[in-house]
Amino acid sequence: MSSGLPRPGVHFMMGNFACVEAAILAGCRFFAGYPITPSSEIFERACVRFPQVGGIAVEMEDEMASVAALIGASYAGAKAMTATSGPGFSLMMENIGLAFIMEAPIVIVNVQRAGPSTGIPTLIGQGDVMQARWGSHGDLETVVYAPSSVQEFFDLTIRAFNTAERLRTPVIVLADQLVGLMWEKVVIPPAEEIEIVERKVMDPRLLSTRLPFDYSADVNPMPIVGTGCRVNIDSLTHDERGYPTTSQEVSDRMLRYLLGKIRNHARELWMYKEFMTDDAEVVVVAYGSTARSALNAVKQARSRGIKAGLLQLITIWPFPSDVIERLSQRVNVLVVPEINFGQLVHPVREHAKCPVIEVNWAPGSLIEPNVIVDAVEVAAA
Amino acid sequence: MTQVVKAQRHPRDRLLRSERLPHIWCPGCGIGIVMAAYADAIEASGIPPEKHVCISGIGCTGRVSGYMHLDSFHTTHGRAIAFATGLSLVRPDLEVTVISGDGDICTIGGNHLIHAARRNVDINVIMVNNFNYGMTGGQHGGTTPLGAKTYTSPYGNFENPFNIPYLVAAAGASFVARWTTLHVRQLINAIKRMMSVEGFAFIEVISPCPPTFGEFNNFPEALDMMEYFRKHSVVDHNADLSKIDIRLQGEPLVVGNFVDRRRPSYQELIQETIRRASGRGEGI
Repeated sequence: MSSGLPRPGVHFMMGNFACVEAAILAGCRFFAGYPITPSSEIFERACVRFPQVGGIAVEMEDEMASVAALIGASYAGAKAMTATSGPGFSLMMENIGLAFIMEAPIVIVNVQRAGPSTGIPTLIGQGDVMQARWGSHGDLETVVYAPSSVQEFFDLTIRAFNTAERLRTPVIVLADQLVGLMWEKVVIPPAEEIEIVERKVMDPRLLSTRLPFDYSADVNPMPIVGTGCRVNIDSLTHDERGYPTTSQEVSDRMLRYLLGKIRNHARELWMYKEFMTDDAEVVVVAYGSTARSALNAVKQARSRGIKAGLLQLITIWPFPSDVIERLSQRVNVLVVPEINFGQLVHPVREHAKCPVIEVNWAPGSLIEPNVIVDAVEVAAA
Repeated sequence: MTQVVKAQRHPRDRLLRSERLPHIWCPGCGIGIVMAAYADAIEASGIPPEKHVCISGIGCTGRVSGYMHLDSFHTTHGRAIAFATGLSLVRPDLEVTVISGDGDICTIGGNHLIHAARRNVDINVIMVNNFNYGMTGGQHGGTTPLGAKTYTSPYGNFENPFNIPYLVAAAGASFVARWTTLHVRQLINAIKRMMSVEGFAFIEVISPCPPTFGEFNNFPEALDMMEYFRKHSVVDHNADLSKIDIRLQGEPLVVGNFVDRRRPSYQELIQETIRRASGRGEGI
C-alpha cells in the first residue's frame, strides 16, 4: 500500500499541482476551497490527493466560509490551506483578519489573474500585491511569498506552512496565472531532507500558572481544542486571558504583540535572489513571473554593454526594506517592472536612496523583456 | 423572619467563566436562559466539558461562547457555522455547538446555514431569535415579522421573514426544533438530544428582547413576551412546517421537536471517502 506521498526526484509538473504536493509534504491535511480560475487545479488536485494521505479536502459555499473553516481546522490541530484568485481573495479578507487576531496558522494561495472585479480570469496579473498586505481592515501584518517558477512555488508552499506554524499567523503565497498553469521541471527532495516546522502547542497544565496570551512572549503556544485548555479565542480585541476588552492599554499591548510577531522576525523572513548585481549600475527589482522577464532583460542589457543586475524579491511582505536601502546606496537607478499600474514600487521608492523608475504593463500578459530593456537603457543613459 | 441566603457557588459554575459575570445582556433578555439550558444539557449529556466546543458569531447571543468555560470561539459575523464545520471535520469526536443570534445565523450567515444543513454537518446550532439586531441597537433582519417596527423599519417592516425550521428541514437537517425561553425543560431536553444526533441539529429559540424589539412592538416589559409565549404557544411535534411562520399577531406559536431522522452525516461520508481513497495511487 502506497504512503501516498509524492515520489522524490525530478518531475515535470504544473505549478498548481506542485503546490499541492508541497502542501502534502509540509504536513497539510485540510483543504477548504471554492473553485476559481486560474487556481482551480490546486483545489482539484487536493481533492484527489488529500484523501490518499488521510487528509480532507472540501468545497465550501464561498471563500469567506473557506477561510473560516481553515481557522476552525487549524484550532483542531490540522495544517490547513486554501487556494483562490482575485475575486475570492477579496472575500477572504474578512477571515484573514480573523486568523491574524486569533493567531491561527493557515496558508492562502492566491494565483493572481488580470484586472479589477471579475477582470480576465484566464490571464496573468500582479494586481493583488497591496491587497495581500493591506486588504483586511485594521492594523495587521501579513507574510507574503511570490514564486517565479514551479520549483519556487513548490519550495515556498512548504516555507509558507513553516512560517505560519512558527509565528501562528496566516501566510500568503502570491502566485500568478503563469506560475500556476505553467508546466516545468521541479525537484522533489526526499521527505527526510525537507525541513518541517510544527507549531508549539499549549500544555493545559501550564494554564494554572500562565496566561494563554502572554503579550510579552515572542509567540505563545497554541491551545488546541479537545486537549483540556478550555481557552476563549476571540475576534474582539482581547486581554491576556483571551477575554474581550475595551482597555486602551491592553489594546495597545495586544496589537504590538501581534504585529511584533512578524516585524521582529522580518529579517529571518526576507528571501531574495541577486543576479549580476555586484558591479551593477542599474538594478531591476522584480518578483513573481515578472522576475523571469527581468532576468532575460538584464542579460540583454549586459550584451549591450549596460551594467545591469536583477534583485528578485521572494518575500514581498514584510517588505525587505534593508535590502533595498543597502542595494540602492551603490547603484544609480532601480527599475521596478510589475504587471499592474504601480504597487510594490511604492515601498521600493520609500526605501531607495537612488531614483526609481517604474514599468507598468497589465493587459493580461507577461511583461516582455524588451519593455524592461528599454527602461534599463533609459535608466542607464 | 426572612433569612438572606447568599449563594457562594452556582451548580453550573464549572461550566461558566464566572469571573466574567455579570454578563452584558439587558434585563428581560432571554439569552441567559438559553445559556443556562445549554449548560444543563452539557451536564446531562455525559460528555466531559473538555470534549465540548462552543462557537459563536457576532451579536448579543454571540457573547455566549465567551461565558462558557469550554474551548470557545467568538468568530466573525455570520461565519460561526463555517468555522465549526472545519473544526468538526478534523475532530469529529468533539461535541461542537454553535450558539448565535438570528441575524448572525440566518441573515448574514444564511448561506452557511442552508449549506451546512444540506451537507448534514454533524454539529449543533442553537439560534436565539429575538426578531432584531439587538447589539447594534435594534434594526430589522431576516426574522423580523412583517409590519414590526425597528429603527430601520420605522413605518413597519416591509420584508417577509424566514420560516426558519421549514427552511432548515427542507435543506436536509437531521434534527429541527423550535422552543421559546418559556419552555426551559423542553429546551434542555432538545439540546441534550442534539448532542446525540448524527448530522445537523438545529434549534430556533424564540426569545424576548424588551429594550430594542419589545419597546416598539407591544412587549416593552420583561414579562410581556413571556406572557405572549404562555398564551399562544402550541406544542406540535408533527406540525406542517410550511404553516409555522411567526407573525406575533396572536396566531398559534407552534413549537416542538419537528424533525428527528437518521441521515448520513457529512463527517461520516467524508471518512468513508478517505477509507476508499487512502493508500491508492503511487503518489505521483
